[in-house]
Amino acid sequence: MIPYGGKALVPYVTGGITADWTSYVLAYEAAGADAIEIGLPFSDPMLDGVTIQQASDRALARGATVDGILADLSEIKVGVPLIAMTYANLVFRAGPAVFCRRLAGAGITGLIVPDLPVDEAAAVSAAAADAGVALILLAAPVTPDDRLAEIGARSRGFVYAVSLMGTTGERDTLDASASRLATRVKAVTDLPVLIGFGVSTPAQAATAAESADGVVVASALMRRVLDGATPDDVRTDVAALRAALG
Amino acid sequence: MTLMAEPAAGRFGDFGGRYVPESLVPACAELAGAFREAWADKTFRDELDHLLAVYAGRPTPLTPALRLGGELGIDLWLKREDLAHTGSHKINNVLGQALLARRLGRTRLIAETGAGQHGVATATAAALLGLSATIFMGSRDIERQRLNVFRMEMLGATVVPVTSGSRTLKDATNEAMRAWVADVPHSHFLLGSVGGPHPYPWMVREFQRVIGTEARSQVPSVPDVVVACVGGGSNAAGTFAGFVDTTARLIGVEAAGGAAMTAGAPGVVHGSRSMVLQDAEGQIAEASSIAAGLDYPGIGPEHAHLGALGRAEYRTVTDAEVVAAIHRLARAEGIICALESAHAVAWVLRAAGSADLPAGSRVLLTLSGRGDKDMVTLSEGADK
Ligand SMILES: Cc1ncc(COP(=O)(O)O)c(C=O)c1O
Repeated sequence: MIPYGGKALVPYVTGGITADWTSYVLAYEAAGADAIEIGLPFSDPMLDGVTIQQASDRALARGATVDGILADLSEIKVGVPLIAMTYANLVFRAGPAVFCRRLAGAGITGLIVPDLPVDEAAAVSAAAADAGVALILLAAPVTPDDRLAEIGARSRGFVYAVSLMGTTGERDTLDASASRLATRVKAVTDLPVLIGFGVSTPAQAATAAESADGVVVASALMRRVLDGATPDDVRTDVAALRAALG
Repeated sequence: MTLMAEPAAGRFGDFGGRYVPESLVPACAELAGAFREAWADKTFRDELDHLLAVYAGRPTPLTPALRLGGELGIDLWLKREDLAHTGSHKINNVLGQALLARRLGRTRLIAETGAGQHGVATATAAALLGLSATIFMGSRDIERQRLNVFRMEMLGATVVPVTSGSRTLKDATNEAMRAWVADVPHSHFLLGSVGGPHPYPWMVREFQRVIGTEARSQVPSVPDVVVACVGGGSNAAGTFAGFVDTTARLIGVEAAGGAAMTAGAPGVVHGSRSMVLQDAEGQIAEASSIAAGLDYPGIGPEHAHLGALGRAEYRTVTDAEVVAAIHRLARAEGIICALESAHAVAWVLRAAGSADLPAGSRVLLTLSGRGDKDMVTLSEGADK
């Protein structure tokens, strides 16, 4: 899912945030994204800061639904992997098997569920595998070594290293816990390790990539979109991140 | 049956679990271990019992409601949690968790609150034990429970208004959990009901068990029916814990606009799998109740389990029935209860004499709190 060797860039967009939201997906691809994370908005995004909360609220207020977002995606041709990010209730409400098959049907090959820790992941993990979807697990700065090994062993696609103790959201600096965690995760798995949460600037992305195989950038881009940035505008942002990562 | 000792993996049948971000898993595991140890530690239990007695005013009395019972043709006993310090059962759980937080070296309590009763109890325990308290409260609840905001601030707590979503308890809970993730080393998340990730549903039920244990020793005979209001379900869980091994029917009364058991479907919100009000896609619905403490789309997982087993039954009453019930209890018994507690009263008023509650029944009703906080809401309603 994530190319080995280079430094991967995975930008995020909340599905349905604007009527032409898939233009952002295409802009990300054109600017050099290695994969693209699509947020399936949830009413109660407990692990998200203000920016993604607002993005989710805006999408839901526009009438965004999982089916609608997946239908939108089916209408575009994207050459890089698509990864869905959503909360556990949307997965369980449909049923993990049905939900994962629906994702696969729309060309999505990865799934991130932040409120589904490894201990609760068995059913979704199996359903995802059956549908050909990689269930990407998250590791946190406080995760002890034995759990880290289990997360490394059970994750698929890559391991998502949460840079800091907190919610998603733009930050002025990259927390030192990010590189410490990435190094610890890399010691227990051969999967690529991507740092996400708070990665906001090209300089931060470059720093994160010193210890990890790439970055996920979400809030910084969604803040721009919420403030009215067009797909062309964010293409420039993503190109700058790309250039910083090499 | 009895209620589960520590539920394995936090599961009550199909419900419960620990659906939290990885960042919170170690804190939940630490808390589960600490509670398990403390609950088996006589020193901890003695200290809690001592505080419950000399500070919170336990045991609370059991009052025979002779006039109202007579009018309804039933024997009605009221378990008077409204007489506990701070005005509701919330203090039972809060003192337990605050002692545990101190044992874990935490210096700050983070809590969500709906009616403000849990927030007031948390602010109270923080003052008592020299901890700081940050209370998240929906801005809509701040408007309708202003007196409790004033109380919390007077006790030294910081009250943070929450303006997202429905601006009520659900959103305050999201915000409290976000604050917790950002401050795990110093903070204890002092959840106010029997929801949330393991160990909260188990731990909070154990801290509230004192209601049921006391009531069991106070009732003249085993009741036919034990009834309590249900928001997250903590006063009901504590009450049921004392009677689940008897022949008593257990009845939880939900707000018609927040009836997770009656109108919800299985789902995952705020850390556990339980019954949840939601749409077909899984978006959480906004509840709507005159009682801020019951204005919540979920319910604790053990209730979902007891309901699935058929051991407990759940009923709903409307806002109008609740307001009528407050007035009727006040006139008949000289007790002004909380809007939340009045849900239990309202069901008894409706059911008495019907097949659901035949004449001559012996009924234990937990009056979870007092109505002082609701005087503004009720007087505004009366003006209209
Ligand atoms: C007086 C009173 N009763 C009941 C409740 C509902 O909580 P639970 O269902 O956990 O007892 C509240 C919550 O705020 C309350 O203040």
